[in-house]
Amino acid sequence: MTETFISWGMDPNWAWGVATICGILLIALPLMLAVAMIIYADRKIWAAIALRRGPNVVGPFGLLQSFADGLKVFLQETIIPTSANRGLFLIAPIITFTVALLAWAVIPFNSGAVLADINVGLLYILAISSLGVYGVILSGWASNSKYPFFSAMRASAQMISYEVSIGFILIGIVLYADSFNMNEIVKAQIGHGFGLVNAFGFNLLLFPLAVMFLISSLAETARAPFDLTEAESELVAGYQTEYSSMSFALFWLGEYANVLLMCTLNAVLFWGGWLPPLNIDLIPWFDIPGVIWLFAKILFFFFVFSWVKATVPRYRYDQLMRLGWKVFLPISLIWIFLISGWLMLTRYAA
Amino acid sequence: MSSIAHLVKSFTLWEFVKAHALTLKYFFKPKATINYPFEKNPLSPRFRGEHALRRYPNGEERCIACKLCEAVCPAQAITIEAEPRDDGSRRTTRYDIDMTKCIYCGFCQEACPVDAIVEGPNFEFATETREELLYDKAKLLANGDKWERAIAANLAADAPYR
Repeated sequence: MTETFISWGMDPNWAWGVATICGILLIALPLMLAVAMIIYADRKIWAAIALRRGPNVVGPFGLLQSFADGLKVFLQETIIPTSANRGLFLIAPIITFTVALLAWAVIPFNSGAVLADINVGLLYILAISSLGVYGVILSGWASNSKYPFFSAMRASAQMISYEVSIGFILIGIVLYADSFNMNEIVKAQIGHGFGLVNAFGFNLLLFPLAVMFLISSLAETARAPFDLTEAESELVAGYQTEYSSMSFALFWLGEYANVLLMCTLNAVLFWGGWLPPLNIDLIPWFDIPGVIWLFAKILFFFFVFSWVKATVPRYRYDQLMRLGWKVFLPISLIWIFLISGWLMLTRYAA
Repeated sequence: MSSIAHLVKSFTLWEFVKAHALTLKYFFKPKATINYPFEKNPLSPRFRGEHALRRYPNGEERCIACKLCEAVCPAQAITIEAEPRDDGSRRTTRYDIDMTKCIYCGFCQEACPVDAIVEGPNFEFATETREELLYDKAKLLANGDKWERAIAANLAADAPYR
């Protein structure tokens, strides 16, 4: 995009800045729109599985429900508890929201269509998603209320536990792709499954990792069945209990932007990102823009997220910890040995 | 042997796959809920909804201020004051129902000897303020005028069983 601006006669330094800002807006605005629609989709899918109708009054098929909710929240009064730590209380939702947006910088939407094409994209995502814990733990502590505090402790323990196994799972991907760059990882998946399928997930050695990553991303975003940070029946609304109005809306948006991010990571890392699913040119397969393939995959994974939410009951806290530390961690560690051994045998055999 | 089977089951997430297959089946089933504001369930003639004070066909109010409803009301939601009217008949000067106290038990309409106070079929009378739910006589009589046809039909339909 920078070249376009330069060709319009702009100073190169300025052109870079303007192009970056345009890129940010091009990602952030559709993302916010997608979040609004995805909240609606979440409610609809959940409702359909429970044989309910879901939102169907505001706009055609209730499509504008999220915007109505947003407007309602926007018009409400911001209540700050008297004993809360004002500064941290207000900063926490901002952290959650900002961090949820930050990680999108390295997501490749098409070949080369990345805001920041950095070599350590995957590490960047790991770092940013670890920062997300701060929003939760600060909100829980600053609220000066017991339920948010319990929730914040649970959330931070949960996120840290699952980030460990996510890290090991991602190492498997990195070993196979030979790169930390997100775009390179996507390109490494061309024809990966028997020369036909563009996805790491069809590799028998990587499929268990794909399943484990999907489950860990549910835990990382605190979605059901790992939603015990906001377990309604125990903790009112978890760390958001004391929040209202815009600060609540920021948590809300940040949470769903994180869910979308995790769906995207599933799509990009294991299921071929912006590549069409098959590596055969039967129909004009590759002429369809990569963004559409990526979007279709994101939507599929979001459907899976909602489907899981509507199906399984919540885990108990010790079960959650057991799954993270005693199942996922050892398996992902063993898998790193398996993968590196396999690669030594095949790819790097002297 | 069973422990191996258990291990295989848990590592293939068999139970989860089964559960998700079931919920996916439900996803495509027709909805069980009705589309409420646009379609409504049928109501029994005995349905106990919003209260109404009825009149005789000539316009005379039925209530004779016997205060049986006030006495029987378990929530003590009804307040009645009465005086003889100019023509000597006994009538209420005040008939209030606090709808926020009412438990919709229907004892008032059971107690009424002249079918004056009845609980009609209307259940959509939510208000924006609490005060609007403190019904006075005028409001109750207006309800009676508004719902008379439905109430009369319901009473007639239920009469054989009384």
